[in-house]
Amino acid sequence: MDTRFQGKMLETTFFLATTALERTEHRLPLSCYKNLTVMCLETLSRRFTIVIGVQLPESTCLRLGSVLWSASVPFLVCKSYGLIGYMRLVVQEHTVIESHPDNALEDLRLYKPFAELKNHIDSYDLDSMDKKDHSHTPWIIIVAKHLEKWLSEHNCQAPKNYKEKEAFRQFIREGILKNENDVPEDEENFEEAIKNVNTALNPTKIPSAVDDLFNSEQCNSITSQTPSFWLMLRAVKEFALNEGNGSLPVRGTIPDMIADSQKFINLQNVYREKAMQDAGAVCKHVESLLQSFGKPPESVSEKDIKLFCKNSSFLRVVRCRSLAEEYNVDSVNKDEITSSMDNPDSEMVFYLMLRAVDRFYQQHSRYPGVYNYQVEDDISKLKLCVTSLLQEYSLNVNIKDDYIHEFCRYGAAEPHTVAAFLGGSAAQEAIKIISHQFVPFNNTFIYNAMSQTSATLQL
Amino acid sequence: MADTDEPEKKRRRVVELTEKMVVDGGSGRTCEWEGRWNHIKKFLERSGPFTHPDFEPSTESLQFMLETCKILVIGAGGLGCELLKDLALSGFHNIHVVDMDTIDMSNLNRQFLFRPNDVGRPKADVAAGFVNSRIPGCCVVPHFKKIQDLDETFYRQFHIIVCGLDSIIARRWMNGMLLSFLVYEDGVLDPGSIIPLIDGGTEGFKGNARVILPGMTACIDCTLELYPPQINFPMCTIASMPRLPEHCVEYVRMLLWPKEKPFGDGVVLDGDDPEHIQWVYQRSLERAAEFNITGVTYRLTQGVVKRIIPAVASTNAVIAAACATEVFKIASSAYIPLNNYMVFNDVDGLYTYTFEAERKENCSACSQVPLDMHFSPSSKLQEMLDYLTESASLQMKSPAITATVEGKNKTLYLQSVASIEQRTRPNLSKTLKELGLTDGQELAVADATTPQTLLFRLRFTS
Repeated sequence: MDTRFQGKMLETTFFLATTALERTEHRLPLSCYKNLTVMCLETLSRRFTIVIGVQLPESTCLRLGSVLWSASVPFLVCKSYGLIGYMRLVVQEHTVIESHPDNALEDLRLYKPFAELKNHIDSYDLDSMDKKDHSHTPWIIIVAKHLEKWLSEHNCQAPKNYKEKEAFRQFIREGILKNENDVPEDEENFEEAIKNVNTALNPTKIPSAVDDLFNSEQCNSITSQTPSFWLMLRAVKEFALNEGNGSLPVRGTIPDMIADSQKFINLQNVYREKAMQDAGAVCKHVESLLQSFGKPPESVSEKDIKLFCKNSSFLRVVRCRSLAEEYNVDSVNKDEITSSMDNPDSEMVFYLMLRAVDRFYQQHSRYPGVYNYQVEDDISKLKLCVTSLLQEYSLNVNIKDDYIHEFCRYGAAEPHTVAAFLGGSAAQEAIKIISHQFVPFNNTFIYNAMSQTSATLQL
Repeated sequence: MADTDEPEKKRRRVVELTEKMVVDGGSGRTCEWEGRWNHIKKFLERSGPFTHPDFEPSTESLQFMLETCKILVIGAGGLGCELLKDLALSGFHNIHVVDMDTIDMSNLNRQFLFRPNDVGRPKADVAAGFVNSRIPGCCVVPHFKKIQDLDETFYRQFHIIVCGLDSIIARRWMNGMLLSFLVYEDGVLDPGSIIPLIDGGTEGFKGNARVILPGMTACIDCTLELYPPQINFPMCTIASMPRLPEHCVEYVRMLLWPKEKPFGDGVVLDGDDPEHIQWVYQRSLERAAEFNITGVTYRLTQGVVKRIIPAVASTNAVIAAACATEVFKIASSAYIPLNNYMVFNDVDGLYTYTFEAERKENCSACSQVPLDMHFSPSSKLQEMLDYLTESASLQMKSPAITATVEGKNKTLYLQSVASIEQRTRPNLSKTLKELGLTDGQELAVADATTPQTLLFRLRFTS
């Protein structure tokens, strides 16, 4: 909102032309600025999916933050100062259905196979198969068959520790066909089975993150205003308590594996059909919830419910503290700050320095060390700001003089590469907020270009 | 952030930029203006507590960066465009850029130096043109070439080389080239012969940036195992047991197309030709229907044919920025450079991990010691070839093996020239003893993954 266009800006701004240097500057009356706070909350929330604040002075940031918090509009604050990048996400409640986790475990239900899967497994008789079929049986079937035998011989106790799993792997290995010289054949599907024992034998449990959501306020106090995320979550909870027998809806996908096409497709279909069935049951729960509020069943689409069910293990909700909570002396996150500062060189020191620099700006209407002649004197002035900051928040931490010197040295410079790093990071976080895909950070990100390190802090 | 002429007065101004933003045009104005390098000067002209031990504040560093320092950017794609922008805006005005590709429509969402009009033109040329007209005083020299087409005289002229490549082979080649410049005097490395290599790589939401000081820090080959070999679908799956839609497309691409030559003899499948893709798509659907496989779409078909890995603009921005920061640090000695590998992932929040990749004692590229190869004299040459291509630490593509046998230089096997391949092919089924090789013998191996021949020492096992 308030910028003075200057030559040095061209150094850092790629898409502003040198011809813009000749622009005449227009003055905006101060009253217009004040109107920001009077801006209608309704208009704000209707007009913007997200607001990104860049290089804002602290007072503007806090004022804007409070308006956006009341309007429930996500706010992303970005700053680049010297070699430090800073981002703060402020969003009350951000739900993510498609979090796309990097290393998701498959949902194979080998521990307690559902009826259709059990029937399918039973349809295989490994001992009577010819070699071709034997070598092209999906590893899921192989593990399932061997698990059945193991359970019957081990008092229904599945392999738990390393020793037992190793024994189980050996057990599977013994199932490999042998040729007439008693030499084991080359059965890649059995090798796959052995490799996957570790991950395949995980009992089907509702992930704790999802369980927490089940127990949350929003899930249990559904009203006609409740957003569809919580409605669907409640329906899945009901499903888990009933048709699901303590489990989430079956995901319906299986990884690729050595098998002939037919065996693979048939097995894949068993999981797919069960997933559809479970999603159908969840749909019924959604319908009855909607009905209890007199809302039509089309209010939540079947497509959305199916997607929700498929991702039910990966649901995430991000809640950030407000800026007011972060800045308020009574609610400041002292623990996070003091424990991080046990290491005086942790990224937390940069957060505190940025706060101190903001303080400096408030007092002196400028940033420290902008001109060479100011650097020396500003160090002691900045140090006073640091001290008063730590005192105000009763933070018993020590900030090395080196950092105070360094921040005077920066002179509020914005080298392009630091801004570019932060810009790329911020852009992706904004896209996450807008698209509700992937999980945004919570809630403060600090980038240190000197050491090429970063940290996420919850403040 | 304000840098005011009148520090006591606080004025709010809004500048209305009514003329078109010069994204598409140039400036053609004078090179310098007041305050242009203020941001950077703070790091070059002021002392500080975290600077490199060798750093001395000076007004000459900026002149060095602007006028003398020569940077080579390899690749003008997703990372390359970002790198050129970052370097130009950081005061580097002598830049060369190498890229062998032309611009494709699918590049335009993130390779922002290119416009729809530029499709089909060489990336290096267009990128250089854009930066030169956009950043007064900057001189980017394009090279529409493969890196292998440029010789050592070319590479020797640069102070720092930054890579924004999408190929491991190219990285290794560049790595090998810089290693060949190293000068050792009495076993001591002459630091003047080192050209730092900054390497950036991205894939989706993941990326890494690393600083390589050839001869001093881990090189590309030292950490080759960090790059797992690309997994291709096994032929038997494609030919007789497809399970995924991708298998169906590969079947059409690899087996049907060469057999049916739908667009004529010798016409190569072109991933950018919609008619070609349409043909592959239709046949893939048929293949899939045979096996009850669902999920073949036009988009998936094109993705498999073109081997498209989804690219995310923001990851490129982040990694290129980290690389450019390192270029700045090294050129100015302002800070200690990254030591030496940073990994970035923003799938869940933002995660970085910085560590020192270690040199491998027997690295095939930088350890300078001929590597031992252990084979029994009755092993066939084919086994040696397999070892060179399949070993995780070597991962060669099509190695050519020569040896000095009875005083004469003998090519044992060479794949890349048809006539020589034919002549030497029988050697593959001969034993090492039959080929006249002896214990302790030196073998020279050439390959696309390195500009220099690698020396191996043959050790016979009993």
